[in-house]
Amino acid sequence: MAWIVKNLWLIPALPFLAAGLSALLPQRRRQTAATLAIGSMIGACGLSVWALAHAIKHSAPNAPKEFYNFVWLQFAAGDAGLLQLGWVLDPLAAVMLVMVSFVGLLIFLYSVGYMATDENYTRFFCFMSLFAGAMLGLVLANSLLLLFICWELVGLTSYLLIGFWYPKPAAAAAGKKAFITTRLGDVALLLGMVWLYHETGTLLFYDGGAGCLEQSALAAMVAKTTNIGLAVSTGIGLLIFAGAVGKSGQAPLHVWLPDAMEGPTPVSALIHAATMVAAGVFLVARVYPLMSAPVGDSAGAATALQVVTWVGAITAFFAATIAMAQNDIKRILAYSTISQLGYMMVGLGVGGVAVGMFHLVTHAFFKALLFLGAGSVIHGCHEEQDIRKMGGIRKFMPVTFLAYAVGMMALAGVPFFFSGFWSKDAILHAAHGWPVSAGPFHLAFAGVGLTAFYMTRQMALVFWGRYRGYPASETRVARTPELVRVRAEHEPHESPAVMTLPLVVLALCVVALGGVGTPWAPWFQSFLGAEPAAGFTRDVVQLMVASTLAVFVGVGFGLAFYGYVQRQTAAEPDLLSKALPLGMYDWLAQKYGIDELYELTVIRFNAWAARACAALDQWVWNGVVTCISRGALLLSWVARAVDECALNPGFDRSCDGLRGGGRWLSRLQDGLVQHYLRIMGLGLLAWVLFWIWGGAP
Amino acid sequence: MLAWTVYISFLGVLVLMLLPRGNAPAARWVALITAVAGLLVGGAGYAQFQPGKIQTVTRCSWVPALGLEYHLAADGVSLTLVLLTGLAALGGVLLSWNVEARTKEFFAFYFTLIGGVYGVFLSFDLFLLFVFYEIAIIPKYFLIALWGSTRREYGAMKLVLYSFFGSALVLIGLIALYVVAGARTMNVLELAQHPFPHGFQMWAFPLVFVGFAILAGLWPLHTWAPTGHVAAPTGASMLLAGVVMKLGAYGCLRVAMTLFPEGLEAWKTWVAALAVIGIVYGAMVALVQKDFKFVIGYSSVSHMGFVLLGLVTLNTIGLSGAVLQMFSHGIIAGLLFAVVGRMVYDRTHTRDLPALERLHLSRRMPFAAGTFVIAGMASMGLPGFSGFVAELQVIIGAWQAFPMLAVITGGGILIGVAYTWRALQKAFFGDAAEPAVAPGAEPAAAGDSASGQGLQVVSMPERLGAVLLIGASLLVGLYPQVLLRVIVPSFASPLFDWLRQGGSL
Repeated sequence: MAWIVKNLWLIPALPFLAAGLSALLPQRRRQTAATLAIGSMIGACGLSVWALAHAIKHSAPNAPKEFYNFVWLQFAAGDAGLLQLGWVLDPLAAVMLVMVSFVGLLIFLYSVGYMATDENYTRFFCFMSLFAGAMLGLVLANSLLLLFICWELVGLTSYLLIGFWYPKPAAAAAGKKAFITTRLGDVALLLGMVWLYHETGTLLFYDGGAGCLEQSALAAMVAKTTNIGLAVSTGIGLLIFAGAVGKSGQAPLHVWLPDAMEGPTPVSALIHAATMVAAGVFLVARVYPLMSAPVGDSAGAATALQVVTWVGAITAFFAATIAMAQNDIKRILAYSTISQLGYMMVGLGVGGVAVGMFHLVTHAFFKALLFLGAGSVIHGCHEEQDIRKMGGIRKFMPVTFLAYAVGMMALAGVPFFFSGFWSKDAILHAAHGWPVSAGPFHLAFAGVGLTAFYMTRQMALVFWGRYRGYPASETRVARTPELVRVRAEHEPHESPAVMTLPLVVLALCVVALGGVGTPWAPWFQSFLGAEPAAGFTRDVVQLMVASTLAVFVGVGFGLAFYGYVQRQTAAEPDLLSKALPLGMYDWLAQKYGIDELYELTVIRFNAWAARACAALDQWVWNGVVTCISRGALLLSWVARAVDECALNPGFDRSCDGLRGGGRWLSRLQDGLVQHYLRIMGLGLLAWVLFWIWGGAP
Repeated sequence: MLAWTVYISFLGVLVLMLLPRGNAPAARWVALITAVAGLLVGGAGYAQFQPGKIQTVTRCSWVPALGLEYHLAADGVSLTLVLLTGLAALGGVLLSWNVEARTKEFFAFYFTLIGGVYGVFLSFDLFLLFVFYEIAIIPKYFLIALWGSTRREYGAMKLVLYSFFGSALVLIGLIALYVVAGARTMNVLELAQHPFPHGFQMWAFPLVFVGFAILAGLWPLHTWAPTGHVAAPTGASMLLAGVVMKLGAYGCLRVAMTLFPEGLEAWKTWVAALAVIGIVYGAMVALVQKDFKFVIGYSSVSHMGFVLLGLVTLNTIGLSGAVLQMFSHGIIAGLLFAVVGRMVYDRTHTRDLPALERLHLSRRMPFAAGTFVIAGMASMGLPGFSGFVAELQVIIGAWQAFPMLAVITGGGILIGVAYTWRALQKAFFGDAAEPAVAPGAEPAAAGDSASGQGLQVVSMPERLGAVLLIGASLLVGLYPQVLLRVIVPSFASPLFDWLRQGGSL
């Protein structure tokens, strides 16, 4: 076994160590905490690259997996009761390792600038390192249990970091919402895991033929059918997918992700764009053999994968529509993330691991770039997040502008020079050829146009036009030096190099990454896919043309609405609200009212049920206990009444009689000698009389 | 060796009684030494223990005419619970450091309770077990009625009446089984080999099981638990939730289940259903409580449901999970009560969540807030803490025995997250209006009517206690084998012969 395989655990261990050490540091050791965190990420990144090199060297179609397993605990006698954990180094893990550690490293660097004035700087890096460790552990896990453990840990750090500015009520509430919503999916995942263990007796993915994703276990699960007609493999697959839905913000559990933007922007970039939210997609890719196991007569695609595809397609489209009507720069990106995660799910569902994962990786880079760019903008605009109050920022922040433009074009799918174009096209191409239904393709295709539109809208409002962020009184052209100075204070400024450098690096990656997965040289697809990817065909070109047209239509509409006629003030209504019929704009701006719907249904029902239980406890169970105790008291009263009315009077009367008798008798014994003598005299007299009249012998 | 846990505790009581009245520091130190000694003895017992063996500690004749013996022994289950008792006792002493009123009497009652608990866990003679069980009940009344808060007489009386009701059932069952077995012995090992008639088991099992399970918070006989926990002083709540509830679960396992396997087989679905109702129901009620301590009280009902569910799964995974959950809940509930009762209530004199919301405790008591975050994470079963492994095992076990109930249990876990987070948010991270205080400003400046002056800093004994319990939970969570290595083999002992022969173990 190669050294790197055996010691793969070092990759997550380094950030964990950094987190542990910086947890012990006092808050004022800011420099040390940042150095520890960044140092650990450099180490993790180096090892990850080594691991990737190893995986590339050993990659061959259907090569045996390289893994290392160890016993964690024994919860029943014998070998069957051993629970093993382990890690695996395969192309999927290797690609994710490099992506997470590299993007993470850049975001850590950026945070040095972004969080520079925060008083809890040390704690921030502690949590971020903890997150990085857990995320890296998640991607290399060779056991669903280890994956789940890390899965929960990333969820926890996500909670801690969303609520990092917890004195802000919205931040605390968002953290709680995120935790509970994703936990809903996690419980399903937990049950799926338990079921999987029950069926296969192992939670290891690969174990030299005995793992749960390997042939024998899969065959057993496919062959078995549950009561409701689903194959066991489908049932387990759907439960696991429910976990992914929660984590990856797919409909209907997407509600937490936009709120999660309350966290600091580097957190949004790392956790809620590039890595953690993609963990759901990764999970589906990891258990792909289970999800795709062909069941009986379903010729086209496994049921579980069909569900994945539909959920992804619906999410991709519907989140894109919401993104059109948002005004918070980060929330637009959040809905865009939800939408893009939907694309990845579609990619997995229709095209396999390689298609979905390619988009995951390219998205991680360009979305991290966009978020960091947005953070730079927010930072430059004095913590303003409302795009209506921005405008014209390209003049003030040229580097941020250029980098952001690269990210925007990659996300929108502008052709040829941006990786997003290639990865999105691969998904569309696969969806087009899906034998089951054309629906997902149409939804995804429409989503491409919408994406181009909302990103153009955002770019136009933020970077073009004139700056609208001056205080209301300062909108006029400044004349006096005093006014010029005041104006300058409110003007945006470019961020420091420690923040712009990661932007530039990410932008270069976004452009370069496209090269590894074009239809002409599908290296990435061959590396990840089980068999060599099909190369370049004619319909690829047709689709490319079609999707390019969709992008241009989207961009064109965006420019038409927001490019030529620039809004002048922050307060005026959005042009789109006039263009869309029937108040649809408000409907979109309200996110279809889904939060309110949940508030009215699930949350209210749960609150009602909880109150019902509390009332049951207070009135019924306590009532029963009270009744029993009252009954006992009543009995006692009856007993007392019998005692007092029947038994006691009888007893008392006999006592009285006795006492009366005694008292009468006691009068005889009053201690006066005269009385005694008198009685003695009387007695003597009686005796004498008896003698006189009685017959004396 | 392990017998000394019992003797040391009672010796501690004796020494405490001899101390001069009013010398509180001396009483505290005696209590601390007693607790530490008990824990060390338990630890030494663990170090010497050979997994899989039933280790006889002491055995001599007691009432020869009836065949009763003074028989102390330990298997992996007893040992785990002895360790738990040691930890909970030490934690409780550290968090009762501020008891000023009649300190020595407080600790005297406290260690009478502890001695009784140690005795129950080590008794292998049923009559002896019952005696220790009764010894453990009485001090509870005084601890709550004399040092408690909120409706303390009511809570104390309710708790004691429930306990005695349960032990009355148990006593009837014990006498009946003594007579039916006719073997002139109360030795649980010998009785476990005795095939009791089926008809007898059918009524004796529910009698004894329910008798013990009352103390384990079996729904719907759980209502003593929240009121008792709330009324009790912190140290006593920690013991009540930490070890006294385990007495019940331990009795169910050691007596009812091993002696009456056929009765168990017939009734197990009912017990499992009640346990799952308890899990979900307790969590639901906890979700809407206004009193912070009631939230924790009801969470105990929910968590003990996992123990009972694990017990009746009748597979080694579920059973060892149940024992692990006993340990885990003992530690975590103790920790939660420590934060609520000692750190928060003793300082703010309120447990009303809306009132706490206005106090912004996270800023004024960061240590308490941090401890509660960690305890809350442990309580909701996050990986890394003992609760995760225990609940995972119980669910895996339950999936094999009762798949539907396992699914419902999942819902209970989810509500567990919700009530913990709700309490956490309201108590520490409240956002209710308050005259704005700059972060980092002197807490005393927060001029609030409920506590005008600054809150006392969290003291060293409290910190030590919290760290001790968190450490224990983390150790077991990260390396569960430390306990599982003694627990799992003990289910292979002759005690469980009947369960094994039933083919279910």
